[in-house]
Amino acid sequence: MEMFDFTLIWAALIGFGIMMYILLDGFDLGVGILYPFAPDEASRDVMMNSVAPIWDGNETWLIMGGAGLWAAFPLVYSVFLPALYIGVFLMLAGLIFRGVAFEFRFKSSAKTRRWWNLSFFLGSSVASFAQGAVVGAYIQGFETENKVFVGGALDWLTPFTVMTGFGLMAGYALLGATWVILKTEGEVRTWAYGIANKLLWLVLAVFLAISVWTPTVNAAVFERWFGHLNIIWILPALVAFFAYQLWRSLRQHNDTRPFVMTLGIFMFTYLGLVVSKWPVIVPPDYTLWDAASAPESQLFLLLGFLFVLPIVLAYTTWTYWVFRGKVRPDAGYH
Amino acid sequence: MELDPLLLSRLQFAFVVSFHAIFPVFTIGLASYIALINGLFYVTKNPDWSRLAYFWTKVFAVAFGMGVVSGVVMSFQFGTNWSNFAYAASNFLGPVLTYEVITAFFLEAAFLGVLLFGRNKVPPAAYLFSAIMVAVGTFISSFWILSANSWMHTPAGYEMINGMVHVTSWSQAIFNPSFIYRFAHMVVASFLTGGFVVAGVSAWYLLRQRDVAANRRALSMCLWLLLVLTPLQAFIGDLHGINTLEHQPTKVAAMEGNWETQARAPLLIVAGIDQDAQENSWELAIPGLASLILKHDVNGVVPGLTEVSPDEQPNVLAVFWAFRVMVGLGFLMIAVALIGVVLNLRGRLYNTTWYQRLLLPMIAAPFIAVLAGWIVTEVGRSPWLIHNVMTHEQGVTPSLGGGTALFSLLGYMLVYGVVFSAGIYYLTRVVRHGMQAEPEQPSSSLEEFERPARPLSAADVTFDDRTDTQGA
Repeated sequence: MEMFDFTLIWAALIGFGIMMYILLDGFDLGVGILYPFAPDEASRDVMMNSVAPIWDGNETWLIMGGAGLWAAFPLVYSVFLPALYIGVFLMLAGLIFRGVAFEFRFKSSAKTRRWWNLSFFLGSSVASFAQGAVVGAYIQGFETENKVFVGGALDWLTPFTVMTGFGLMAGYALLGATWVILKTEGEVRTWAYGIANKLLWLVLAVFLAISVWTPTVNAAVFERWFGHLNIIWILPALVAFFAYQLWRSLRQHNDTRPFVMTLGIFMFTYLGLVVSKWPVIVPPDYTLWDAASAPESQLFLLLGFLFVLPIVLAYTTWTYWVFRGKVRPDAGYH
Repeated sequence: MELDPLLLSRLQFAFVVSFHAIFPVFTIGLASYIALINGLFYVTKNPDWSRLAYFWTKVFAVAFGMGVVSGVVMSFQFGTNWSNFAYAASNFLGPVLTYEVITAFFLEAAFLGVLLFGRNKVPPAAYLFSAIMVAVGTFISSFWILSANSWMHTPAGYEMINGMVHVTSWSQAIFNPSFIYRFAHMVVASFLTGGFVVAGVSAWYLLRQRDVAANRRALSMCLWLLLVLTPLQAFIGDLHGINTLEHQPTKVAAMEGNWETQARAPLLIVAGIDQDAQENSWELAIPGLASLILKHDVNGVVPGLTEVSPDEQPNVLAVFWAFRVMVGLGFLMIAVALIGVVLNLRGRLYNTTWYQRLLLPMIAAPFIAVLAGWIVTEVGRSPWLIHNVMTHEQGVTPSLGGGTALFSLLGYMLVYGVVFSAGIYYLTRVVRHGMQAEPEQPSSSLEEFERPARPLSAADVTFDDRTDTQGA
């Protein structure tokens, strides 16, 4: 081993990047999923305004994560993308459509606006479903030979991944609803309290199903959870704690806490997933170290990453700071 | 017909990258132009330059946004369709292309916002500095992309261990033998593209007597720039060709339609390419000229296509004709720039309407020339994906089926068709909307500026005819 284990550093960096992406793009995708259910067109204006200035910064993390994976863990890149070929296409198409809807909805008349609304909803939903299915496919594992994917184009599509797909949609919608609670007032917010409560139960049901299903279909995961590593049970305990707090804060019609609690649910579920699989990154056979690129390549890119990452973080923080507070119907973003 | 995933993957890559390339090739040139006219405004204080800068920054915002959207697909395509290649070359291409991504983000985070939204809110010097930094940033982005691409044509600074590329020298790999020629050729191509678009749009305004003073300035300056750039591009192209002859002689043979290795090789103006017969069915040729151009000696020996077996030759027909399209348009651009400057010197540029009308279709010329040039270089390297290291067949995703590949190819055509029709339609609206005066009161306070925003929102033109009645 080298002086530093760059593989661990890169695992931490990319793990962090993916979590940032799920938390940040999660709520703006969720706003898109909830779009058709909003009470009226004025609410939709407010909802879109609440995410318009930040969504593209949120997607930055996806591109950084994707490019970083190729450079640091090329085996993940070269197995996941062929295995998830159709899912990746659907995700990209969805993200493109909703990105364009963001830009042109504000510039259009009522006549064409309907189409941009639809495009925003469908793009967000398809992209979210595809991401959820990717998570499911990761839990399932991939058929490889000599580090090459040898399975079929639709191997990823199973009842389990369909469930994780819809599960992540529900999760993102919950993030979106609590974001709307955080950022709006009046009728929209009242509606968001109602729908967030329903979504919470849905999300818990899906999480429970996944938690029961996963260890039973996957012996390694079963061993991890029911072996000797009892400390990891703190993760699901924390998820339950945050879920309870979310339920309470929704009942109390609190503004900020629902969103924070939902972030907590997501973060510890994500860590739970990481713990289930660690250190396997291309299941079932390959660990982080099998998938890593050459140390000199990892170092070469690390220098640039360490320079740019603080700038992106500072920029992200500043953006959120500038747009803090409630979005009002009259103060349009454009 | 059986669906061939290899062919479909190549078609998909060509389609996506061509669609994508249209935008950066224009924005790279335009960014420098915007920096230049901001500099002229800073020095002369002439408000015409400021108006031009304001207008072209709006166009830049839309084109830049479109480039980013179409570029996202690119970063996943290597893995979905070319997984063996992506894995084998990951130690070099992964970091290099990721550097492009982080350069772009750094640029966007730091300076793009100021250029697009900070016009009246930061000191003039800081604004000019941001405009220059955005231009520099676009060069750095293309630096990484072209380094990666050049390495696939002329790999260097690496060794193969168990079928994987391992970098032995980053400087040799990044500055590989064909890089500097390709980079220079592409940068000048971007300048030409920006130049012909600005010239064409200025002419369009002049034909309609809109914003005459500013557009006269823009047109006149563009023509002087193009007068220098168009022949410079031919010169760089020649150097690039000689470099290609050294490293990829088969590609040059395909460009020349030259089957047999020979001294006093003729330059074919046009020819009937017959790859099955490995000869041309007819030719219109100038004797000895190909040897003179490539070897700087009429008696120089130029290698032919038959140096390699037919299955190691590229599609000669495509390379041969794409090369002629590129060179033909190149000469046309030189001629148009020359005529314009002559008219200008005689003081007749602004009332020669046929010339102004000629400039409108010329907007398309540099775009077509760039795409043709990329077809020459990319088709010309086949069957190699990484020259003499890996073929397309070895690089393609092994698990990919023909039906799946067709599905995604049609899907991307549909997505890009819809999205980019909307984008280009909107760009034409921005142009037709015209060069508005800058907003009198910079839309309110400092707080407004402190909102970072996405590029496209810098364009304030409506998408359809909702409020267009107060338009110019």
